[in-house]
Amino acid sequence: METETRSAPKARSSAAVMTDSAAEMFLTLTVAGQLCGVPVLAVRDILAAQAITRVPLAPREVAGSLNLRGRIVTAIDLRRRLGLPPRAPGAPAPMSVVVEQGGELYSLLSDSVGEVLPLRASGFAGNPPTLDPVWREVSRAVHRQDDRLLIVLDVDRILAIG
Amino acid sequence: MDDLLADFLTETNEGLAALDGALLKLEKAPDDRPTLSEIFRNVHTIKGTCGFLGLSRLEKVAHAAENVLGKYREGSLKVTPEGITLILSALDCLKSIVAGIESTGSEPVGDDTQLIAALDAAWRGELPVAPSVAPRSASAEPEPVAAEPAPEFAEPPPPEPVAEAPAEPSPAAIPTPAPAPAPAPVPAPAPAARVEAEAEPAAPAPAAAQGAAATAAPPQTIRVSVDVLEDLMTLVSELVLTRNQLLQLVRARNDSALTVPLQRLSHITSELQEGVMKTRMQPIGNAWQKLPRIVRDLANELGKKIELVMKGAETELDRQVLELIKDPLTHMVRNSGDHGLETPEQRRAAGKPEVGRITLNAYHEGGHIIIEIGDDGRGLSVEKIKAKVLSQGLTTEAELAGMSEREVQHFIFRAGFSTAAAITSVSGRGVGMDVVKTNVEKIGGTIELRSVEGKGTTFFIKIPLTLAIVSALIVEAGGERFAIPQIGVVELVRASGNSEGAQIERIHETPVMRLRERLLPLVSLSRLLQLESEGAEPAKDEGFVVVTQVGANVFGIIVDKVFDTEEIVVKPVAPILRHVTMFSGNTILGDGSVIMILDPNGIARATGVGADGPSEELAQAAAGLRGTRSSERTALLLFRAGDDTPKAVPLGLVARLEDLPVESIEHSGGKTLVQYRGKLMPLVSMSGGWVPPESGRRQAVLVFNDRDRAMGLMVDAILDVVEEHMNIEGASEQPGFLGSAVICGKVTDIIDCAWWLHQAGDDWFRQSGAAMAPKRVLLVEDSAFFRHLLVPGLTAAGYEVTAVDSGNQALLMREQGAIFDIIVSDIEMPDLDGLGLARAVRESGPWQDLPLVALSGRVDGERMRLARDAGFTTYVGKSDREALLASLRECLAAPSMA
Repeated sequence: METETRSAPKARSSAAVMTDSAAEMFLTLTVAGQLCGVPVLAVRDILAAQAITRVPLAPREVAGSLNLRGRIVTAIDLRRRLGLPPRAPGAPAPMSVVVEQGGELYSLLSDSVGEVLPLRASGFAGNPPTLDPVWREVSRAVHRQDDRLLIVLDVDRILAIG
Repeated sequence: MDDLLADFLTETNEGLAALDGALLKLEKAPDDRPTLSEIFRNVHTIKGTCGFLGLSRLEKVAHAAENVLGKYREGSLKVTPEGITLILSALDCLKSIVAGIESTGSEPVGDDTQLIAALDAAWRGELPVAPSVAPRSASAEPEPVAAEPAPEFAEPPPPEPVAEAPAEPSPAAIPTPAPAPAPAPVPAPAPAARVEAEAEPAAPAPAAAQGAAATAAPPQTIRVSVDVLEDLMTLVSELVLTRNQLLQLVRARNDSALTVPLQRLSHITSELQEGVMKTRMQPIGNAWQKLPRIVRDLANELGKKIELVMKGAETELDRQVLELIKDPLTHMVRNSGDHGLETPEQRRAAGKPEVGRITLNAYHEGGHIIIEIGDDGRGLSVEKIKAKVLSQGLTTEAELAGMSEREVQHFIFRAGFSTAAAITSVSGRGVGMDVVKTNVEKIGGTIELRSVEGKGTTFFIKIPLTLAIVSALIVEAGGERFAIPQIGVVELVRASGNSEGAQIERIHETPVMRLRERLLPLVSLSRLLQLESEGAEPAKDEGFVVVTQVGANVFGIIVDKVFDTEEIVVKPVAPILRHVTMFSGNTILGDGSVIMILDPNGIARATGVGADGPSEELAQAAAGLRGTRSSERTALLLFRAGDDTPKAVPLGLVARLEDLPVESIEHSGGKTLVQYRGKLMPLVSMSGGWVPPESGRRQAVLVFNDRDRAMGLMVDAILDVVEEHMNIEGASEQPGFLGSAVICGKVTDIIDCAWWLHQAGDDWFRQSGAAMAPKRVLLVEDSAFFRHLLVPGLTAAGYEVTAVDSGNQALLMREQGAIFDIIVSDIEMPDLDGLGLARAVRESGPWQDLPLVALSGRVDGERMRLARDAGFTTYVGKSDREALLASLRECLAAPSMA
């Protein structure tokens, strides 16, 4: 690392940018009123409501499959994944946050998608030990915002179904 | 120039170019065995092919070079720079001859005796033993250059300029090394020769290649990597989908301005699809190439006279399909020769010509290819099959009585079934017709047979031309649409609620349909896929029945609606959905929606309408394979020790039975020992406090050994040796015992050898036992001893163990379609070792995602790293059974896909 910065000034400047941006950028989304975040680099696409084909006999967390420009994306219902009650009838259709894992695309169905936020590294805290086990399983950390708490989701663990 | 020769030249040029590089690599690392083997193979291939083509000059040089390389390979000759130089000059000679063939179409005249003599001298060891000899024998060549070998080295240069001339304008560097090839390395002293040699390969190879392009007839074919073709295929598939989508849109809009260009696009897309498919097409004859030889050998081996007739060898099919069908075909031809055809005497007696005939025929039929494998042999004997089926308990007599002849014949596709009374070396190779059937079904094909007793048997394999794009019927059930591949669909029947036409009837809730005098079992798709809403009214008796055939089984799938057929591109489903066996994939329809593709085989299995039940089929398929299965009969040694309960140990574990004179048993340091075969062997008693028998008596001892270690277990009496199924019930709490089994009608304790061996003080296995859900373990271990130790140990822990003794055998089982949950493999094995096996498993195939546990005698960081790099999930010391069991539990608990 040292030799790199010494020999290549470019590397230093990009490192500086990294620190400026206060560690990581996160995309916020809400599931049943809870604010969550996924690393923005993991997100491939964000889609509005889509026609989703049900997949019979699939694990219950799998809402179905959808078509993203010719690629088949498996949709995971975050509410079901987190053991939350289903959306109220008449509620707006869920948004798709498309992530990639092992060359396959998955869509995380969220009630709404917020914005891209830089999260200060100092704001992170570990999971409170009393957190519901289902949440604890998929939560990487909790970030303290001014007025609310944001749960940073671990995409790999969310996709560890079945 | 004929095609064969052109192919040979392309291949040889490639081979020679690769050889240059490989030789230089070898020079730097003379002990690099893989490189050496590769070089040897390459030269060997060149030699073999040119012998076949009658290129004698080429063959002689290649042969002499191969001899030297052979000595290098077996290690009897040391690789020296001089030796490499010599081989390189042989390569140059080969190149010049090849260039000559390219320009003239025939082998140029020339004399290679000097070179061959030098190679032979090296082969005899004269050259590399004393390095000083090298320059001498090498320089012996240039010295008489003026006079004698002039024709030899005068010969190579001419093609050189020919090859070079067109190349000259582009790379300016070429002229410099150009004179190098033939004369330069020869007179130069060794170090210089090396430099020359390094400079050399780059130049002549491309020069020769360019020369070939420019001077020889333009090549008829080019080689394209399979990956490129695969990519093209994927792109075209996407294009087809997009086209379909567009067509659907335009149809809905009725926009005439778009119609014409779209039609054109559609047309071009279809042609492009066809064109790309063509690039992947290969004549089926490629899969048949080896058959004449196999049949010939078979005829000799069995003392039969067999004639092989091949028709339609030019019929083309997708190379992927071709690869998958190759082995089943070979197996079936072998079967026809072995089981189907009679001996000449039998044939004479039956009034047939002595020479039996196996006929292969391939032809296209409606988007499919049909391959017939027929013989004019004895045909299938329905009576024999019936008897066999009953004796094997595959069905009941009552069921059998109701079966048609055809249904009875289809039993030969059942696992573990063989009509041959005796297992010959030809059959009984561990692949049955069931495996053939499974493999054919795997690629969406079907297999049928027609057999007349006394007249012969013909198998019909129907397979799709390609796996990438299939025609499918779109249906709806429970509000969802599904695609059913057309290959399995026999017909569509509309079931009406009223009394006219076909009706869905029920036998105690089980839907059936009377269709042309036969009772068709029905499966409700919406019920099968659990799409029926709870408490809904009983399924209505209206709808459509998709009559589907899977192998010999015909059944109907009840659906609500049937749409049209569509060309679909099969895409694999996401890993988290792979366990749903009802689907073979998914795809995107013309309207842009995603649709699941139903797998009729999966449905048949899930519902039991197929003759083969789900687990039964898999279990039997595995049982038909080679390997030591723990549920198989095991030879057991029964003995008595301590109490009255008989004890048993797998006979394979026991090295010898000894009856030792009591006097020979000694005590030392609290241990009981005996001098045995020049070594001290620890003795362990099964009954706690061992009281030595009175002097003059003898002590029965079971000797266990592994390599140089031996241990004796003292027992009271040896009872018997029996063959029994060893179903160990309940892992024992008592140390030293795996559990109990009923053997010869008596409850018998199965002893845990590992524990007893450990008592002898060696660092062998330790006892442990935990009940587990039955998981299938493939154990790859070359030491019979450890195999025998681990199989009962793991079985007792609740695993279903299949053991094989080499990595290659394990891979063979993979090809045969065996299914396991985890693989445990030794690292150090001859031939294909554990690391190689792991790489092969991880590379591709159905076992790709299985957890792999490495077993090794030695545990250290470096080895663990190597094992992990090769693809092992975890690494366990051989002597630590608890760790092994813990790893198994861990690996199987964690979902490997996630």
